[in-house]
Amino acid sequence: MREASDSFFARFSRPRRANVATLRCVATIVAMPNRKQVAARPPNERKARPKFEAPFAAGQQELSRELMQSVLERALAHGADFADLYAEYRRSSAISMEDGQIRTVSGGVDMGVGIRVVCGSAIGFSYAENLEPRELMRAAENASRIAKSGHRATEALRSRKVADRYSVCDEVVDLAGEEQIAILRRADKACRQVSSEISRVDASLVSVHKEILIATSDGVLIHDVQPMMRISISTVATRGKRTESGSSSGGGRQGLEYFTLHTPEEHGKEAARVALVNLESQDAPAGVLPVVLAAGDSGILLHEAVGHGLEADFNRKRTSNYTDQIGNEVASSLVTVIDDPAIAGSRGSINVDDEGVQAQEHELIVGGKLVGYLHDKISARHFKLKHSGSGRRESFRDVPLPRMSNTYMRAGASDPQEIIASVDRGIYAVKYSGGQVNISNGDFVFSLTEGYLIENGKIGPPLKGVNLIGNGPSALRCVSMVGTDFSLSDGMWTCGKDGQSVPVGVGMPTVKLDRLTVGGTKV
Amino acid sequence: MSADLQKQAERERSRLEKVATNALARVLELGADHAEIRCSSGESLSISVREQKTESIQEARSSGLSIRAIMGDRVATSSTNDLRPEALEVFLQRVLEMAAISEPDPIAAPPDPSELARRLSKRDLQTFDPMIGSLTVARALKLAKQAEAAALREDERITASDGAGVGRGWGLSVLATSGGFVGSTLASNASLGAHVIADDVEGKKRNGHHSTRARFLEDLDSPEEIGMEAARRAVAQLGSKPMGTGIFPVVFDRLAARGILDLVASCVMGGSVYRKRSYLAERLGTAVASPIVSIIDDPHRRRAPASRLFDGEGRATNRLDVVQEGTLRTFLLDTYSARKLGLAPTASAAGGGSIPHASTSNFYLAAGKGPARNLLRGIDRGLFVARTMGFGFDPVSGNFSRGAQGFLIEKGKLGHPVSEITISRNLDELLQDIDAIASDLIFDGATNSPSFRVRSMTISGS
Repeated sequence: MREASDSFFARFSRPRRANVATLRCVATIVAMPNRKQVAARPPNERKARPKFEAPFAAGQQELSRELMQSVLERALAHGADFADLYAEYRRSSAISMEDGQIRTVSGGVDMGVGIRVVCGSAIGFSYAENLEPRELMRAAENASRIAKSGHRATEALRSRKVADRYSVCDEVVDLAGEEQIAILRRADKACRQVSSEISRVDASLVSVHKEILIATSDGVLIHDVQPMMRISISTVATRGKRTESGSSSGGGRQGLEYFTLHTPEEHGKEAARVALVNLESQDAPAGVLPVVLAAGDSGILLHEAVGHGLEADFNRKRTSNYTDQIGNEVASSLVTVIDDPAIAGSRGSINVDDEGVQAQEHELIVGGKLVGYLHDKISARHFKLKHSGSGRRESFRDVPLPRMSNTYMRAGASDPQEIIASVDRGIYAVKYSGGQVNISNGDFVFSLTEGYLIENGKIGPPLKGVNLIGNGPSALRCVSMVGTDFSLSDGMWTCGKDGQSVPVGVGMPTVKLDRLTVGGTKV
Repeated sequence: MSADLQKQAERERSRLEKVATNALARVLELGADHAEIRCSSGESLSISVREQKTESIQEARSSGLSIRAIMGDRVATSSTNDLRPEALEVFLQRVLEMAAISEPDPIAAPPDPSELARRLSKRDLQTFDPMIGSLTVARALKLAKQAEAAALREDERITASDGAGVGRGWGLSVLATSGGFVGSTLASNASLGAHVIADDVEGKKRNGHHSTRARFLEDLDSPEEIGMEAARRAVAQLGSKPMGTGIFPVVFDRLAARGILDLVASCVMGGSVYRKRSYLAERLGTAVASPIVSIIDDPHRRRAPASRLFDGEGRATNRLDVVQEGTLRTFLLDTYSARKLGLAPTASAAGGGSIPHASTSNFYLAAGKGPARNLLRGIDRGLFVARTMGFGFDPVSGNFSRGAQGFLIEKGKLGHPVSEITISRNLDELLQDIDAIASDLIFDGATNSPSFRVRSMTISGS
């Protein structure tokens, strides 16, 4: 739940960390997702769009087309290339359970309008926390200060239809409190039943109904809804003096039907399984070793190793190690990387990006060759290329930036079992707590929360939490086998860049990297 | 200008106090047994320039109210930015509806009124600079351009700029609780940073970033200093390469050392302790670090970033000796975690009007003696860590493993730049193995540390 003043004050008080982007799982302590494959498109797909309820929805008169048009006109009164208005309505609910006891029920509504004026690559931005014409005009006037001279006309706003990629029937946020609590109780019970060594269970259920309305000076008017839900279970297992943790979480742009595919019990049991595995974990080796990445969450590697470096703002500013690399070999020929905002119900999916562009699947790396960047409007104009629908923002208080949606590697031809069997001594990496990349040089790390030693082609003992470190282009050149077993991570990842967090998805088949630095303690 | 802003802030203070106390009275009328309400507002400006051209101008004004309400031991929290009376009425009713579906939690009640700060100390922590508004858009753009120009001028190997930015803002926060506490905090902040790139071999780029941040404008470092340091940091990394795997002494630069102190902070937080998410949970009164280590949480430092006279529940704050010469003396406790653990609260509650949890104020490792370069003495081969990467830390076991960037130490001197390596050791062992601390403690963040040395860590590299 956002606290208006906290986030506001934190923003200017903390200088942003330059050129560093992070990916974290969103659960409170550590979280790991379910290893099972997410059915990308549920078989019994029922098309039912969540209902609009924001005060700016069509039919409600609080933000009329005429008002939006005059706000955009005011924004361009001093010239500039284009302007847009982004209204956001966000109703959220969060229930947290601590050791079997509901601690707090929280929720609320956050609403406002961001107004942006763009002049080449320069941005003027301001926002209003309500829909009052006076406040909107003030924000437009502030944003227009970036423009130097002249006047630009706006086109008449015309409503556009958008795709429907999240067939949510019953939004979790609308579920009665008692029913939400019952879901957490089921997970808690299942977790404790796994073993008497489970000494503590914490669980939370967070859900959001978000609506966005985008009006641009080139006449686009789009209203869309973005539902989101996430369940997280984290547990502690104790054996003698040893204490270890485990967790499981998942969700996405899905409704109550999520729990028929992934029951709360499944998450409870999975959290317990990981904690118990970790009770057996041994010191990890230090040094350069072959690493086999399990299918699913290992997509975090792509997100860090290449994804951020391909966001076009860094390339426009020539601060990414992928600057001027289009057409070059940047990875092993086995590697094809896609960013796809259209995966039904996935956490990173969007129908339309936050600049009003309908987002489509696009290729980033094909057969090892770099073919494209992720563009927002500013970078697409700079590179004179088609916008890829990658302009995203955390809220109406932020400006859009090129961001990933669901980033994954295409499946290959190798049998996953054979991949593991091909390693004499190495690491099998399964679950992660997060990762980070330095965009300028491509150095990345990601932190393992479930991993195993591979000895003589067989999976051996579990390892204590360990960091893997590498360099994006070098690591991707070391990919020597790609499995047939693609799976998408169950939605739990949040990506941070320039102080803005957005939900993303990742996916991966089983992959072998011939060499990666493993940060264990055993030399 | 300054008198105007001070007056404006005082008017805002009485307005917000009225909103908060009215909402408090109303929610109690509606049936709440206890409530804590925080009402805040603020203004901010942030600008950035790149290649000496304006890149962005962002201005914001924000206000909001957050509440924690308890009815029959059932807790709900919520927040809103719609402060119109009719909207607040609906909001408060909704909060109590949420409380009704929660479950009774008998220890969730706020502190007893007798424990609240009755008369706040008159002490001025100097959190607010009345001159903050004199940093106008034009002046901010000029400062940023100066910083960037200094960076580009510093070294011809600098090949690109990611720009320079300036931010400033001020905000007011009022806390009103059903125990009878009403207090407010007025604070300002300003920052200036620059970020440039140097091209290395194989298309790699090395980035250097430096920034300054302060409550008072006059305490900011000069734009020239910021720019030059950003450039020096980028160029110093040219030719970075991994070092060999092994067990070596490690010196943490003060900025990397701060990251280690943040981990300690997370493990002494009451919430982590009662949730069993801390390897320090059972360690009160025992040695948790080397005897030269003392860690302090001091809410009363003038002009420091995290100073506060009262905590998020309305208790008067105090300086806390968290680790005294290696021994863990106290956890940081809000009322809830203190009750869970059967300990006395330490007035460390964060925020207010939200789920209470403990937080640090100005949390730091006490300074040792001598400049940081003395820490290199006597090290035949080791690592100087300038920056760590990633989140590789498990609070439950204390296992620590992170990416690192810095310099090789050879025969007591800094050698070639090092990257693409990890450093690992259990945090418990790491703290026990600190054998020297420098004097370079600066209060430029909420958590601070001087540079220090650890006898040995596992370095995983080539």
